[in-house]
This record gives sequence, C-alpha cells and structure tokens, in this order.
Amino acid sequence: MGTLARLSWLELKLFLREPLTVVFSLALPLIILFVLGGVFGNEPSRPGEQLVYRGVGAMDYYVPAYLSLVVASVCVMSIPTHLAGNRERGVLKRFHASSVGALAVAGAEVVVAFVLSTVSAVLLLVAAALVYDFDRPDSVLGVIGGFVFVTVGFAAFGILLGSVLPTARAAQAVGMVIWFVMLFLGGAGPPPEVLTGAMQTMLDLTPLWHAVKVMQDVWLGLDPGLSWLVFAGIAVVSATLGVYFFRWE
Amino acid sequence: MTPVVEVEHLEKRYGSFVAVEDVSFTVDAGEIFGILGPNGSGKTTTVECLQGLRRADGGRLSVLGHDPRREAERLRRRIGSQLQESALPERLKVSEALSFFSSLSPSGTDWETVMEQWGLAEKRSATFASLSGGQQQRLFVALALVNEPELVFLDEMTTGLDPASRRVAWDLIRRIRDGGATVILVTHFMDEAENLCDRIAVIDDKRVVAVDTPTGLIDTYAPDAVVAFSTDETDLTFLERLDEVDAVERSGRHVSVTGSGALLAMVAAELVGHGLAPTDLRVERADLEDVFLQLTTREQ
Repeated sequence: MGTLARLSWLELKLFLREPLTVVFSLALPLIILFVLGGVFGNEPSRPGEQLVYRGVGAMDYYVPAYLSLVVASVCVMSIPTHLAGNRERGVLKRFHASSVGALAVAGAEVVVAFVLSTVSAVLLLVAAALVYDFDRPDSVLGVIGGFVFVTVGFAAFGILLGSVLPTARAAQAVGMVIWFVMLFLGGAGPPPEVLTGAMQTMLDLTPLWHAVKVMQDVWLGLDPGLSWLVFAGIAVVSATLGVYFFRWE
Repeated sequence: MTPVVEVEHLEKRYGSFVAVEDVSFTVDAGEIFGILGPNGSGKTTTVECLQGLRRADGGRLSVLGHDPRREAERLRRRIGSQLQESALPERLKVSEALSFFSSLSPSGTDWETVMEQWGLAEKRSATFASLSGGQQQRLFVALALVNEPELVFLDEMTTGLDPASRRVAWDLIRRIRDGGATVILVTHFMDEAENLCDRIAVIDDKRVVAVDTPTGLIDTYAPDAVVAFSTDETDLTFLERLDEVDAVERSGRHVSVTGSGALLAMVAAELVGHGLAPTDLRVERADLEDVFLQLTTREQ
C-alpha cells in the first residue's frame, strides 16, 4: 500500500469516529429530499403554466441535482474544515516532517470525499426510490462517470478553500455560507426558473449549478450547455490555486 | 570523520524580521548536541532549517551530506523529528499513529518495540486527545524514532513532563545515542543540557555565542568556585594570601571562599596546615545556569 492509500484509510476511520459529522453529512441531503419532495410533488409543468424544473417533474429534476448536492456538502463543508483544522493544529506539519507528500494529503481528501459522497448518494437514491417515482437514468455508466467528474472537481474546490482559509472555524463558516448560497441559488433548492435578476446571475456563478446540469445531462439527457466545460474549468483553476496556496503550517 | 551536521552562517528572515542572523556549528556522529538559548533566540528556526521544514535565506548547510534546501525529501527519510508545535488528529489511536508513521519508511520498522520502550504499550488503543501532555510528548518522540533515523531532532521534548518522566526520557535519549544515532536536542532546561549533552551551542539574540562541552563552558564563562565550611577560628587571613582565592566572606561560623582553579585543594591543604579540619568542607561550583545567564544577559 502506498502512502496515499494508507492515509486515505486512516482518514476514513477518523471520519467514522466523528458520529455527529457522519450523521450530519448523511442526513442533511435526506431531509432536504423529503421536505422539497413533499412540497413540490413530481408533476411536470403543463403547457401554458410557467415552465419550472427545466420541463421535467420535480423529483426527476431533484434526484440528479441532489447527487451533486451531496458531493457539494462533503467537499465544501467537510474537506475545508478538516484540512484547515489539521494545518492549524500542527497535524500537517507533523506529516510534512515525516515526508508525507502534499499530493498524498490532498489525494486522501479526494478519496475520502469520494467514498463519503458515494455512500451519501446511494443512501439518497435508495430513500428516494422507496418514496418517489422518478425517471431512471438514461445511462448508469454515464451517471457514474458524471458523479466521479463532479466529485473530483468539487474536492479540488474544497481543497482550495481548505488551503486559503487559515483556521477550522473560518473554514467552517465560509464553507457553510457557500453551501447555503449554493443550495438556494445553485439549482438544487428553488427551481432555477423562479430565480430573477441578480439571483439568476448568482445561479450561473455557483459551481453547484454547473454540477447539477452535468448530472441532469447524464441522468435525464437535459441540455448541459457549457456546464461540463465550466465545471472542468472550476476544477482546474481550483486545483492550480490550491497547489499555489497550500501551506503545511 | 565527517561531521553529521555542518552549519555556517545560517540566516533566516521573515520579511524584515530576522529570525536567525548568524549561526554556525558542527555536530559529530554519535554526539548528543544541545542547542540552548532563551525564548525567541532562534533555536527552533535553526533546527527547522536543518530539517528542511524552512528554507534558509543564507549560509551553508549540510545535514547527513544533504543540503536541506535542495534535498529535503531525501533528508527527511533519514532523520527523525520531534517538533515543538505539532499535533495528531484527535481521534487517532497511538498504535495507528505509530504504525502509519513507521510505514512511511521503506524498511518498515518495528514500531511495537519503540512503543514499549517509550511506555506507550498500555495506551496503544487510546486516542491522541485522551493522552496526557507527557504521554503525547512521548508519543511524538516515539514517532521521531520509528523510521530508525541516523539523526534525531528533539525540540523541547521534556516540556510538559513531570520530573520523574524527564529522568526516564533522559535515559531513553542516551539509549538513542547508544543505538548509533546522533541527537540534536533543543532545550531551555539547564540541568537537561548539562546532564545529557556532549557539546552545547548557546544561541542568544539569533547568533551562536559559544560552542563547547558543558564543563568547557563553565570553565570559560563561570570559572568561579565557592568553597564553604564552618569554623570557630577567627583569623583566616592565611587563606586570603592564596593565589587561587579572590575573597573570603564570613557570617557567624559560616565561611565562603570565592576563587578559581584548584581552589578546593589549596584551601583544604591550608586549613589542615593550620590545624583546622572542618567536617562540612564542600565546594559549590558554578553550573550551566551561571554560564547561561552570563552569556545571554550581558546587554540587559
């Protein structure tokens, strides 16, 4: 086993020893699923009505969108807090002195994010399938590919936040704010069609909206526009800046 | 023999703040080399430059034949570091920490033995956060040793240990050296430096002000000794005539003779020659603390 594999395994075990974080990460998307599902049902807009949910049923819209949302909650809330906290407390310095490379540190975050997002996503899909009737994906392989793409991109974004923000507290606060802004203005909360003016601009600026459109492309075949490209751009820029700003202490 | 560490005119700045101005010393293989200095004098910055954790701005550095600025990665595999300010994830267990850090070295070392040597075996399943300060400190030293390093840096390692644990730690440090490794010990405890170190560099105000053995430092910087005894004899002028004696003070029956060189032998011979044989004759030598105060407070 390489350092990356060992460190990832260690980080996963450590994560599981934080019961509150586990419950929070796994339960939050489920709560949102049931609240919004209960409110909006799953009827597509009829001709003549205002078009919402890009013309599909609410649940058809939300299920792939939530896959991006669970990834975002892990990567924007957990990763930055964890990384900044480890730097603040001197854990990264300890690793550095024992030749644990920066790539292993960042890589372990990506692996952990991927495992947690996957568990969270599976849980969400099972719960959704038990309660709601929604479209099955056009291509399962496509969904898996899209999910990996979204996870890696968001993980890079989370690592950037964790590198830039000085303390765990700062990272937690900023992560929360970004996550809630994305929840409300990133296409995974209120349908994008009801957002007006500045909110519409915010929509296009949030990484989540592009991740949502990527997942809705692979799941429903809805037009992704430039979202694959934009999200890949966000990932590359985040990774580059993350490398630039990464500090051991 | 090639020295294990050679430092010449090390310099480290943070912007306009000078952390280390001019530090030079060499450390030979198998030594326990002490770095002693007041807080903020640049001790930790100096060793962090040697470990390749910080980049020196000037001077020449060689550690185990590597330049820490260019070969930090290779160097760090051969050294062990107990850092002054570091931590582990709170819920990481002792055994997990040791096995992980041991797995980083290609040889895959025997971390269980290190764990037992440092008295951590019964805490193997305890999490880092649940350990006492002393136990955490011992864990960090153990982590510095799991890769079987040729050179070990210990930065304030006995801070937070109770007196008994400190003595145990000293024995273990001697064992590290007996095992063939060289030890660089950063400390602000005089007794620790005096007891453990073969040689000491005293750093003050970001510069090395002296490098010598503990005895050498005392001989050079605090050569005075005090011989004390009690007597009813009132006329002690014969002692004042000795070359070795600087001053004779008395208070009641108690006499202190200050001087240097072979003071005790000369005073004793003279007393016996005058028919005096005090039973409580003893010498009080200066210790490293006097040297330290002498070297580091001159300008204040």
